Amino acid sequence: MIPVHLHFEEIEKKLRMAKSTSSDAQMLIRSLRTAYAATPTNLKIIDLYVVYAIVTAVIQVVYMGVVGSFPFNSFLSGVLSCVGTAVLAVCLRIQVNKENKEFKDLPPERAYADFILCNLVLHLVIMNFLG
Amino acid sequence: MAATAETKGPSTLRNAFGGVLGVFILLLIGVLAFSIRLFSVIKYESVIHEFDPYFNYRVTQYLTKNGIYDFWNWFDDRTWYPLGRVIGGTVYPGLTLTAGSMWWLLNSLNIPLSVETVCVFTAPIFSANAAWATFLLTKEVKGTGAGLTAAVLLAMVPSYISRSVAGSYDNEAVAIFALVFTFYLYIKTLNTGSLFYATLNALSYFYMVCSWGGYTFIINLIPMHVLLCILTGRYSSRLYIAYAPLVVLGTLLASLVPVVGFNAVMTSEHFASFLVFIIIHVVAFIYYIKGILSPKMFKVAMTLVVTIGLAVSCAVIAIFIALVASSPTKGWSGRSLSLLDPTYASKYIPIIASVSEHQPPTWPSYFMDINVLAFLVPAGIIACFLPLSDASSFVVLYLVTSVYFSGVMVRLMLVLAPAACIMSGIALSEAFDVFTRSIKLQLPNILDNPPDAGDMNSVSSIAQNDASKIDSHATTKSETVSKERPSRKNRKKEKEKEKENVEKVPSHSENKKRLLVLPLEASAVAILLLIVLGGFYVVHCVWAAAEAYSAPSIVLTSYAHDGLHVFDDFREAYAWLRHNTDVDDKVASWWDYGYQTTAMANRTVIVDNNTWNNTHIATVGTAMSSPEKAAWEIFNSLDVKYVLVVFGGLVGYPSDDINKFLWMVRIGGGVFPHIREPDYLRDGQYRIDAQATPTMLNCLMYKLSYYRFVETDGKAFDRVRRTEIGKKYFKLTHFEEVFTTHHWMVRIYKLKPPKNRIRGKLKKPKSSSKSSSSNHKRAGNTQKNPWQ
Repeated sequence: MIPVHLHFEEIEKKLRMAKSTSSDAQMLIRSLRTAYAATPTNLKIIDLYVVYAIVTAVIQVVYMGVVGSFPFNSFLSGVLSCVGTAVLAVCLRIQVNKENKEFKDLPPERAYADFILCNLVLHLVIMNFLG
Repeated sequence: MAATAETKGPSTLRNAFGGVLGVFILLLIGVLAFSIRLFSVIKYESVIHEFDPYFNYRVTQYLTKNGIYDFWNWFDDRTWYPLGRVIGGTVYPGLTLTAGSMWWLLNSLNIPLSVETVCVFTAPIFSANAAWATFLLTKEVKGTGAGLTAAVLLAMVPSYISRSVAGSYDNEAVAIFALVFTFYLYIKTLNTGSLFYATLNALSYFYMVCSWGGYTFIINLIPMHVLLCILTGRYSSRLYIAYAPLVVLGTLLASLVPVVGFNAVMTSEHFASFLVFIIIHVVAFIYYIKGILSPKMFKVAMTLVVTIGLAVSCAVIAIFIALVASSPTKGWSGRSLSLLDPTYASKYIPIIASVSEHQPPTWPSYFMDINVLAFLVPAGIIACFLPLSDASSFVVLYLVTSVYFSGVMVRLMLVLAPAACIMSGIALSEAFDVFTRSIKLQLPNILDNPPDAGDMNSVSSIAQNDASKIDSHATTKSETVSKERPSRKNRKKEKEKEKENVEKVPSHSENKKRLLVLPLEASAVAILLLIVLGGFYVVHCVWAAAEAYSAPSIVLTSYAHDGLHVFDDFREAYAWLRHNTDVDDKVASWWDYGYQTTAMANRTVIVDNNTWNNTHIATVGTAMSSPEKAAWEIFNSLDVKYVLVVFGGLVGYPSDDINKFLWMVRIGGGVFPHIREPDYLRDGQYRIDAQATPTMLNCLMYKLSYYRFVETDGKAFDRVRRTEIGKKYFKLTHFEEVFTTHHWMVRIYKLKPPKNRIRGKLKKPKSSSKSSSSNHKRAGNTQKNPWQ
């Protein structure tokens, strides 16, 4: 009798842990959502742009998996242009974010100008490499 | 306010004067770097040196004559006959494009310099640029004083002079400037966090990829440094801005260069950068989540994520490793493997092992090449740790890796040179700081009131007070230099604020560390000794530049009892070839002389210094090691008309073909197994005297080198091997001698055409026996010997 009872308690403990981890996960997601909702709108726009770029890159990789990798330079330039704009947008977000103490006296116009210049260089290279 | 304005006046004047003096010193450093490399032009003439520069010169000539589109699409059919070489796709274009554009710019300004002059002086100009780039890099790490010291050390360091002398028109001349400039821009981006400098960094990396195969050093060192920063807890958003755009833009730009092409994403040399790219994104994401969540939720997130993430990443890494391990070289190229495993080349790729620049250096060569810097470097490493910043950790990492690689190959001492100069510059500048500060603090006390027992305490206390004041000033300076980098206006404001604080509370609050103040006499003597050390360094550098590294190696000189002898045999031979053979004649020689033959003699060659096709080189090596008839067959199948050998036995020139013969046997034997090295060895040595093996005495190289040598002094004494040769009187059956230069250094032979008919009865039995024996040989050796 006693081993079965203990066994039942162990199962209960495991169920409770599982429930707690799932409830922890739900709490985590909820807190993430509330914390993210507090970010200012311009940063959210930049985040949306980053997500768009990455989704485009994933679509391109899937397409290459379906169709084959010839011509490889076009594939490389397409994927790297998406990844490149995503990275540059993240850099812009870092520099424009008001909570970032390291960049508190960098005027946002300078950040945007740098972003545009770097994007120009990136797309010039992409156009050259696209074939 | 008036008081502060007054104190500000002389200090701004001093700053301005310091700035002007700094610019003037930099100009002088540039002039020094340029002029110390002109010894070869003064002692010999303005000529291109060695072997590789001749190829670069020929390519630049083609570029200036035909324009850039023909250059990109150039297929060279005058080398590696009958294979040819795709120049556009196999050459690093940076050097030739740089020199070509300088020539074009000068010509459009109506300064009619020839292409050769521009090529000869490209290296000194870019060494001045490299010295200025070193100044900028060291200024970012430690400050202007260290920068100037490092720049003047780099302008003169013999290791860099050896590869950038006027006339040494090789890739490293431009590549070292690109290397240091890329590192400077990386450190600048790391210090400022500006995307503008990140873009410039990527463009400078592109220039480096164009210039030299050593760019893989950059693309592995920077990820290593990023990883180091992450692991030591120095991650910041500036690190992300410095690294992530560089990887994306850098990979794209590297793929643009035809030589690299898709290797930029497919070879193992670049995988480290991608791996660290992924790691830095993970770390950045973790920091971002940590920023927006509360600590408790963050812990929950970590436990959840770590379990899932570990599983996924282990799976991905396992797949990736399986992919990479399936290739026999694990994705690395032969050269990189020989760098990582120094014994690799001698086991698998004898051509890489045979190049003299690829041998490990001896201990004395360190002292010869970086001289005094060799023991200033450890002091610099210690100075970099007080205080440790991102920039100084980078320089330490650069030094350590370059020391390892310089121990593998002599040629890579060149990469060690800038790191050693930076470290020594930092060490010297810090040392001068301490000594001059000691003198400055103690000198007025010595001058005003002579020290006696009672005043000693007050003197020392005043010295300590002043020391702590300067200490606070120095700590504010180092704070603004090393930690954060706000805009310049803000930095000045902060400095003024700190100064006011200092004036209010003299030595109390800011006294972080006790500064070193040495006794006056000791510091004066130490400064004197440091200046003497610098003097020794300068004397050694000038001597090395003048005597050791200025030889063009295409013209040799020697001082005999009756004056100066000039050996211009190489150019004599190439000029003879140019004027006395047909344009389409093919010349066979060992691969060392290929570039010079195509550039100066303008004839098609079989193999040259590019050494990209081992089998072709092995064919030539087999021909040189075979008996005359077999060699004639091989050369005839390659349409060769002339054979060129270099022979130093008459004058004692040690780098001749007989000394290189062991490589011909080894490389030939590596591909054609009927060439066996023990056939040529007697007691494990290559000999050409009476004790030599019959295979050696019958091989083509022996015969072509020593044909009619006995006519020179009657005894056929070889001055390099220091013996009399074994076979003195012999005739050549399949070759005829057409030209031998003045000092017998270059000998040119022509292949005799096959006989039209075999004359007379007497010849018939010999020919029948010869044909029967050759038939017999053919039957026996069909498997082994493809040439009979």
